Amino acid sequence: MNFTPAEYVAIGLSLRVAVVATLVSLPFGIAVAMLLARGRFPGKTLLDGLIHLPLVLPPVVTGYLLLIGFGRRGPFGAFLEQTFGLVFAFRWTGAALASAVMGFPLMVRAVRLSIESVDRRLEDAAASLGARRIVVFATVTLPLVFPGLLAGAVLAFARAIGEFGATITFVSNIPGETQTIPSAIYTALQIPGSESAAIRLSLVSIVISLTALVLSEVLAQRMRRRRVTP
Amino acid sequence: MSLAVDLKERRGDFTLDVSFEAGRGVTALFGRSGAGKTTIVTMVAGLQRPREGRILLNGRVLFDANARKNLPTWRRKVGMVFQEARLFPHLSVKSNLLYGRWAGRRHAETRLESVLSLLGLESFLERRPHTLSGGEAQRVAIGRALMAAPEILLMDEPLSNLDGARRAEILPFLEKLAHEGGIPILYVSHAVDEVARLADSIVVLTEGRVVASGPIEQVFGRTDLGPATGRHEAGALLVAEIVGSDPEFALTRLRLDSAEVVVPALGRSLGTKVRLRVRSQDVAIALAPPEQTSVRNVVPADIVSIETGEDAYAEVLLSAGGQYLRSRITRKSAAELGLRPGLRVFALIKSIAVEADRAPLSYHG
Repeated sequence: MNFTPAEYVAIGLSLRVAVVATLVSLPFGIAVAMLLARGRFPGKTLLDGLIHLPLVLPPVVTGYLLLIGFGRRGPFGAFLEQTFGLVFAFRWTGAALASAVMGFPLMVRAVRLSIESVDRRLEDAAASLGARRIVVFATVTLPLVFPGLLAGAVLAFARAIGEFGATITFVSNIPGETQTIPSAIYTALQIPGSESAAIRLSLVSIVISLTALVLSEVLAQRMRRRRVTP
Repeated sequence: MSLAVDLKERRGDFTLDVSFEAGRGVTALFGRSGAGKTTIVTMVAGLQRPREGRILLNGRVLFDANARKNLPTWRRKVGMVFQEARLFPHLSVKSNLLYGRWAGRRHAETRLESVLSLLGLESFLERRPHTLSGGEAQRVAIGRALMAAPEILLMDEPLSNLDGARRAEILPFLEKLAHEGGIPILYVSHAVDEVARLADSIVVLTEGRVVASGPIEQVFGRTDLGPATGRHEAGALLVAEIVGSDPEFALTRLRLDSAEVVVPALGRSLGTKVRLRVRSQDVAIALAPPEQTSVRNVVPADIVSIETGEDAYAEVLLSAGGQYLRSRITRKSAAELGLRPGLRVFALIKSIAVEADRAPLSYHG
């Protein structure tokens, strides 16, 4: 297959957006999943609902809300730009933010499920051996939820590769800056006679998603082989 | 070295109100399931918070409801062996054993080698927990607790999830630990044979209350443990010394105060002190030394007390030179023989179980 330079840029951008979105949301995903799995606090159901919102809202609405909140004049956008020099509007970072938000509920779900399946008696045992809570988390809980983390990360990554509606609403469709594979496919379909570009890019996104799935399955299997829970 | 426990807790129908101390050696926390044993040890370990009371370990306050002090588990230096091994499945046996060292920053005086040889773990080091049998996993769990340098070891029915063969395989290791470990152990159990083999002292619990406590021979003799053990297992513990053997008939002769008893050959040296368990249902009473009987073991004893209830049986407490024996006979026999406290009788012992080849700590003084 021969890709045009613009297509290469779109593919590279998509990968960068998806990787950054996944890696940055991972620690937040773990924290929120931990909170939902273990925490007991008022407003837990509300938090749960808020996190799941992107799953049920039209992506355009999510994108629009991001635009209001994280645009240069939005409350969060302005704050982040002033304090960290972080700009989201019409930048690839905005595409990453939109992808992360859209993938977040999937990640939290997977991680939460695996945290809930951890045998807490093992954590008690670790505490009785002198490990403080943070050490118990790092040495027992986290390794035991690793397959769930992996699953959550792959889901979030796949979601990020496919994210279209929220991204195009929030950061538009700027070649070289915010034009990811789905946006590029959309653009190609607008121009008569560019079906071949659309097909090429579609194949690429299939390959990327499939590779991610297979890779995570192989890793998970290797983990399982190393330790079989009796 | 001692653990002082004083706890009150109420949950639904269940009320716990206990006060006891556990010193050197093995203290058994004994009672039927539901008596509150596990609740007590999880409270001592800090895994459950009592409503009221105090827990002191070697003078250190682990918990004090009045002072609002509740030391977190990881700072208590209380080793815990659970009913299940609870090994970390993602770590090797070696990393499990050393967990207290690398994750808990506990540096045991005990070296890994000595724990390995004490528990026979040398060949397991590189294995993964799921490849171990139940008994092996439990031994690793004990080693792991020891390696974390605890000031006391709590063992919550460590054999209850194992079948008979596995229990038999692990008991000798526990005995070795009790004798050589040098660490006080609070051992939760509802099994009379385990307690009789391992414990120096005993705290008997019934429905959340301490009904008896003290050196195990005294408690087993003095108290009617029926409610805690079930009629079938109730009995007494005695200490006897090996004084000779009868190779022709494969017997070992033991001295019990002024009397001598025989048991199937033990193959141990003269002078060794052994612990005997005699169930009350295996002891009959005669007013005169019987002649022409198959029962070999006849011990002169004085009746201390006779307890009767509504049912057919009488529990007779006997003293043989300061050691207690219990006999369970029918009320009718007791009446017809004219048994009364102070009367000298002869205890006919049909069966003796030898539980441990040692004198208990309390006898060393």
